[in-house]
Amino acid sequence: MAEWFQDNGLLLGLALLDGLSSAGLIFLVAVGLNLVFGVLRIINVAHGSLYAIGAYSAASIGIFLSGRGLPDWASIPTLILSAALVGAILGPIIERLLLRRIYAQEEVVQLLVTFALFMILEDVQKLLWGVQPIHHDTAMRWLGTIDVPFGADFIPFTNYQLFVLPGIAIVTLVGLAWFLRRTLTGRVIVAVTTDREAATAMGIDAAKVFLLTFTFGAMLAALGGALSSPTAALVPGIGAQTIVLSFAVVATAGLGQIEGAALTSLMMGLGRSIAVYFEPELEVVVPYIIMVLVLLVRPQGLFGVIETRRV
Amino acid sequence: MSDVLLQATGLRLAFGGVKAADGIDLGVMKGEFLAIIGPNGAGKTTFINMSTGYLRPNAGEITYEGSRITGLSPRAIVKRGIARSFQLPQLFAEHTVEQNIALAVASRDGIWSPLTPLLRPGYRDEARDLLDRFGLSAIAHARADALNEGARKLADIAMAVALKPRLLLMDEPTSGVAASEKMGVVETLARVLRDAQVTAVFVEHDMDVVERFADRVAVWSQGRIAALGPPQQVLSDPAVQRDVIGIERHA
Amino acid sequence: MRKIEPFLALLLAAAMITAAVTAPWLRFVLTIALAKGIAVIGILLLLRAGQVSFGHALYIAFGAYTVAFLAPRYGDAVVLLLLAAVGAGLLGLVIGLFVTRYRQIFFGMLNLAMSMVFYSLLEKLYHYTKGSDGIRVEIMPIAGQTLDRVAYEWWIFGIAMGLAFVLGFLIRLYLSSPMGEALAGIKTRETRLEFMGVPARGVLLAAYVMSAMLGGIGGAIIAMTSRHVTPLLSYWTSSGELVFIAILGGAGGVLGPFLGAAAYELVRIYAAASFADAWQMILGAVLLLVILFAPGGLWGMAARVMKGRAQ
Repeated sequence: MAEWFQDNGLLLGLALLDGLSSAGLIFLVAVGLNLVFGVLRIINVAHGSLYAIGAYSAASIGIFLSGRGLPDWASIPTLILSAALVGAILGPIIERLLLRRIYAQEEVVQLLVTFALFMILEDVQKLLWGVQPIHHDTAMRWLGTIDVPFGADFIPFTNYQLFVLPGIAIVTLVGLAWFLRRTLTGRVIVAVTTDREAATAMGIDAAKVFLLTFTFGAMLAALGGALSSPTAALVPGIGAQTIVLSFAVVATAGLGQIEGAALTSLMMGLGRSIAVYFEPELEVVVPYIIMVLVLLVRPQGLFGVIETRRV
Repeated sequence: MSDVLLQATGLRLAFGGVKAADGIDLGVMKGEFLAIIGPNGAGKTTFINMSTGYLRPNAGEITYEGSRITGLSPRAIVKRGIARSFQLPQLFAEHTVEQNIALAVASRDGIWSPLTPLLRPGYRDEARDLLDRFGLSAIAHARADALNEGARKLADIAMAVALKPRLLLMDEPTSGVAASEKMGVVETLARVLRDAQVTAVFVEHDMDVVERFADRVAVWSQGRIAALGPPQQVLSDPAVQRDVIGIERHA
Repeated sequence: MRKIEPFLALLLAAAMITAAVTAPWLRFVLTIALAKGIAVIGILLLLRAGQVSFGHALYIAFGAYTVAFLAPRYGDAVVLLLLAAVGAGLLGLVIGLFVTRYRQIFFGMLNLAMSMVFYSLLEKLYHYTKGSDGIRVEIMPIAGQTLDRVAYEWWIFGIAMGLAFVLGFLIRLYLSSPMGEALAGIKTRETRLEFMGVPARGVLLAAYVMSAMLGGIGGAIIAMTSRHVTPLLSYWTSSGELVFIAILGGAGGVLGPFLGAAAYELVRIYAAASFADAWQMILGAVLLLVILFAPGGLWGMAARVMKGRAQ
């Protein structure tokens, strides 16, 4: 064991740091999906497309503004603003034009409508940004790297991935929990989540809550994408990859659970990056193995509540 | 005690702090119609749920024909000959009434053969016959979710009867049935059950129905049996009249 | 409508054969459509129980790779079809024992997880599977007869058509039996089944195994027709495509999947030829139009037309 650490300690350290930063990204996307599901009861397959479009938009806007003299420090706020913009534009369009028509439909139909949207957005994305990799990492480069002490050694790691990504994820987690539990709007959203009929009967404007929640969820997906854009080149297919991972997070966490999504994202982020460094064949499989194991023990998900039926 | 069909002994069950069963002892005699009355929340449905395997008591046991059934699954208990109907009818909403009943008839002999419609087409005739006896023939081809409450209730009971049980537990069979039709419905039901020699336990709020059809009445109160005996005797008991019937009449 | 279904099936078959005779490339497309139609009957079974599998491409891929792996050794189409069906059935039994404990979104996502695990195995175990390059399948003898390419393709088309009829007939019988009605009962009142002495999970498991076998058969035919298998067969978007076809065709009768599959493949080919970069977008748009304006799918449309005639 000690010997193994001697040989692989640094690699493990790197895996942990990588896992932490990717957990931050996974959380942002998955919590958006989970929130939308909790309120609208729709699994949005196109959530991954919003992630991809958020990433591409942020990179394009960044490249455009950098070429016009945007100072490097401003690239991080630019990422966040781009995401907000994407969510604010696409969210209401999708909710009003599409989802609104299908709230009363069967689950499979709802799932397919968002699947159709996913297919459309995948091609929109290819038409707008092509299939060549796009990369814009000013934000990450500007923040530089840090030597993270690990045992007797140091691991060089980017400040962006170490602080910005997990930081924003934590701020989102805390902010979201505060918002849902302490503000009036938040409580209204929770009320709609737990009992839609009762909430509507109490005079809550469900249509408004749905619009708000979906737009916010879209912003979170786009934010995940935007923040990921400096760390890797953007290629077609990132949306499809992201959405399946988010599905796994949501099912593992329990439906509508925020803290569950955070914990699950952490498990999957770490699990995946450890696999990348030690058993790369397993990388894609790890999240599903985690999901299957969790559901074996807790069929309703980590934080899910069992719904019992009265007879 | 050869004529005891179902025997409950010392049943206890609590949800949180509420004692839904607080020492229930009750023997159901072969061939009788036993009515259960009592205020809401007294634990009447809980007794049915425990007797059919949906809930497991914290303590005590239930025996059926001398052997213990506490701890068995609903499925295993049905196989032994105990069927039930529900306070809220549990129908297959997208099936027609006839399909609902036919499925219940077919499930008696196991449903595993996809060739049943070819090899044993008789199950559909039996379902139609049952529909006829319950007066449901006119709506045989209506979807279950399109029925009114009374018809849903009847179909629900018909499904339980289709299982050919020896003991039938019914949870408020007449609630939701229009007052004008109530006696007729119960009359029909009683005839079907007597023809098939089915022992019946039914939770009932209508004292006229109880008086007319029950051989014995058990009065539930806060998870206990407050009184047990023939209807005339129990229903004229001042305490019962004050605590149960008074409430029922005003409910 | 049920009564004239066999007649419509014959009509559809005649149309398909005419098309296949007139244009050889249509023969290829329609063989694939028949194969997918067979697999989609499996999706239909699960939809009857109110469950959506977002991972049934797993069984298609399993059937296809069974053919690819075993063709060099047991190179006979009939033997391989049998092996694919039995193998997929066994796999379905193992996975089904696990996933039939879950409902709704958990059921859908666990199926998705299984198919994604299979996908990554196919992609990563390069030594055996040649990774994303895939495996070529040579023309194989059929029932001991060695054939030239054209005869071979005709035979596979004929086998697909024959199987579509036989399997469609059997499934129709099954769905109208108490076993099939109990399956539909899972959707609306699963607890009641238990109170009738019917093991609901067993009913669902039986349907699940059948659906896996249908997927395996469909996959085997796809491999024999396209003669090239890749891990993409198991990707989640392929599973989405199956659900897409099920809804496109309409969940009414067993003819729906074939109507849906033929329409899907034709639209896809046409869109890919006319708008190479936007075929997904066109398919997505078609799906949206069908869901929003033709609920009940093609089968539903046909039923309405027939009703109009009858009156």
